[in-house]
Amino acid sequence: MEALLDILLAGSFWAAAVRIASPLIFATMGELICERAGVLNLGIEGIMVAGAFAGWMAVYSGLGLWPGVAVALGVGMAFGLIHGVLTVPFGLSQHVVGLGVTLLATAATYYTYRLALPEVTAPPRIAPLAPLPIPILSDLPLIGPALFAQTPLTYLAFGCVLAVSLILYRTPLGLAVRAAGENPGAVEAQGLSVTAIRIGAVMAGSGLMAVGGAFLTMSAFDSFFFEMVNGRGWICIALVVFGAWKPGKALLGALLFAGFDALQIRLQQTPLGADLPYQLFLALPYVLSILALVAMSRRAQVPAALMVPFNRGER
Amino acid sequence: MEGGAAPPALRLDRITKRFGPLVANDAISLTLDRGEVIALLGENGAGKTTLMSILFGHYVADSGTIAVFGQPLPPGHPAAALAAGIGMVHQHFMLADQLTVLENVVLGTRSLWAPWFDRAAARARIAQLSRDFGLAVDPDAPTGTLTVGERQRVEILKALYRDARILILDEPTAVLTPQETEALFATLRRAVGQGLSVIFISHKLHEVLAVASRIVVLRHGRLVGEVAARDTDRHLLAEMMVGHEVPAPKVAAQQAGPALLRLDAVETPDRNNRPGLRGVTLDLAGGQIAGIAGVSGNGQGALADLISGIETPAAGALQIAGAGVSRWSPRAAIRAGIGRIPEDRHKTGGIDAATLTENAILENYEWPPISRRGWMRWPVAEARTRQIIETYDVRCPGPATPLRLLSGGNIQKLILGRVLEAAPRIILANQPVRGLDIGALTYVHERLLAARAAGAAILLISEDLDEIMALSDVIHVISRGRLSPGFPRGSKTPAELGLWMAGHGHDGARDAA
Repeated sequence: MEALLDILLAGSFWAAAVRIASPLIFATMGELICERAGVLNLGIEGIMVAGAFAGWMAVYSGLGLWPGVAVALGVGMAFGLIHGVLTVPFGLSQHVVGLGVTLLATAATYYTYRLALPEVTAPPRIAPLAPLPIPILSDLPLIGPALFAQTPLTYLAFGCVLAVSLILYRTPLGLAVRAAGENPGAVEAQGLSVTAIRIGAVMAGSGLMAVGGAFLTMSAFDSFFFEMVNGRGWICIALVVFGAWKPGKALLGALLFAGFDALQIRLQQTPLGADLPYQLFLALPYVLSILALVAMSRRAQVPAALMVPFNRGER
Repeated sequence: MEGGAAPPALRLDRITKRFGPLVANDAISLTLDRGEVIALLGENGAGKTTLMSILFGHYVADSGTIAVFGQPLPPGHPAAALAAGIGMVHQHFMLADQLTVLENVVLGTRSLWAPWFDRAAARARIAQLSRDFGLAVDPDAPTGTLTVGERQRVEILKALYRDARILILDEPTAVLTPQETEALFATLRRAVGQGLSVIFISHKLHEVLAVASRIVVLRHGRLVGEVAARDTDRHLLAEMMVGHEVPAPKVAAQQAGPALLRLDAVETPDRNNRPGLRGVTLDLAGGQIAGIAGVSGNGQGALADLISGIETPAAGALQIAGAGVSRWSPRAAIRAGIGRIPEDRHKTGGIDAATLTENAILENYEWPPISRRGWMRWPVAEARTRQIIETYDVRCPGPATPLRLLSGGNIQKLILGRVLEAAPRIILANQPVRGLDIGALTYVHERLLAARAAGAAILLISEDLDEIMALSDVIHVISRGRLSPGFPRGSKTPAELGLWMAGHGHDGARDAA
């Protein structure tokens, strides 16, 4: 118990939680935008892999860090375009297309990696984004290191949540996106193009997923490994449900999951960790997330037209 | 009219639209003047909705042109129709249920790239329109929480908010109580008073006569007549609509038989958004038709599910022919001699991909003569099906045809045959003629009346008050899961029943008591 208290009172724990949450926040916002428009994007896992690789590779090839983030964004949007075209105008199964995009993006990434770096045994390192402590605020206890001594990409993740909220609830564009996920017929009857809105949402969302992946190679770490994304995309899909399709609640979910993850690493170092198999600790954030998901999402309002293709002029 | 030079509000010229071999609209031309209400009258499948969908840009016509206020309308773009001043109130509301009224109304009225939208201004304008046109509705309520009548007001507000000059209403009264219909007509009169033009689509003759100045009749995709409302009557219109005279169903008075179905203070739970039953008491005797009137979604589904064995009473008692039931289930209902004509013939009436034979024996395949010692006897099943096809005039290539290839009317005849050939004691007829043309409708009614004459007890659930009043010996009204007492045939006017449909009947009864 004392050990737990020590962990929770250390600034490094909170800083780690926010750091672990950052890629989840980007990708969760991306998935949320897609689902709000009515498209389930199971390409998320693969798009994160592609984004992680693309950003890192761009920097390794000589581009700056921010141009590298832009490259990741562009690669994500390209996969989003593939997903959107297949699921929206062609109306194919969103599950099949999504898993297909994940396989395609993952395989294309590994292929490109092998082509670009045929002889390396250990992947080369880049100089990642450095932490940017904010004067005065970063000296606050606990929340200082957690919120004000992170890399710029983490700040951007929080800004992204704010932007997504404002756009969804305060602009005509966001209204159209939400309506497209509720009743595409209503959108069409008001003279808007459901196809354009949905493809646009999937592209924007996929771009954010890729930036989430790029966070791993360009901010959290400085290199690219296979298996690096390691199921984070699937977690984000659960986080969208946990957040009841609302950006603020989804952010909370991402922080909660990341907090459990940071906690379990530290619990492994305690005397308790010596007695229990470490796999139990690894499973902890997932178990707790499932419990929280069940508790939180029971009364959530699913976008009514989620996974429902819209065919113009159909009787 | 404002001088001969002004072009009409709307001119359709020789609009033709085919769906495969079916000609849905065959060279239809019509004009709509400014400040005029015309009614588009026709049976289901006559092509009314197709024509309006072309006008609104949901479909593209194969040939023909449309001009709005003299300007040609580019085909296939709802945005163009909206910009030209056409507002459409769809039969199936085009609303996003989790969004508020205000959000539904302003959707698409601003450029998607506009940074914000001005909620205060939008709210003020909606309030103004609500006052001007008598369309009271809370702008901040999610549309999913509104009543059907309120949702329709939102649809009209959507059109008015965009300054529509032509309002098209597709079967707007199908879901309204008589009182709500009156309110809608008042709104339309105000709209016309402000110079709007209205196209009112319906198959209800008295409404058409009440609201329109000119009536255009469609039949099988063709325009078959155009008359001024003052020069015609229900009888003539019905004949134009169907192509021949329509006999009213003849319901001979007959003695009630023994009590066959009794519900005593039955309660069932709410399911999803559907209300359950609240203390429903009902007595139904052989040789009688009990009509259940009401606006859809007021417990009809729960009542039908209870009778057909899908739902069990949470409280109260259900008796069949004087005996209480235990272990109530669909199979128990079939065994108890209940014939079931379900509301949705595609979802619960049959299996679309299965053959007519398979569908015809769905309820008795386990028992002789259809099967014996666990083995199907397909020749017997097929002979049974052929007999149903012949007796009930099911138009089809043969018993091996998949059900989905049949038209709605023929599917309904097959289901009717399946039910009636089992000689049920009790028949649950839930919306038995929804979507049928007059020919099939008349046939279904005749068959139900024949079953009544043979002594069956029939529970007829319908949202069409005219149908209920024409056929029922006793009329009950269902509202929010409560069932009114039974009113004998002819003892209540439509307006009185409308009060019960709106849920005021119980209050009135309590005041009187």
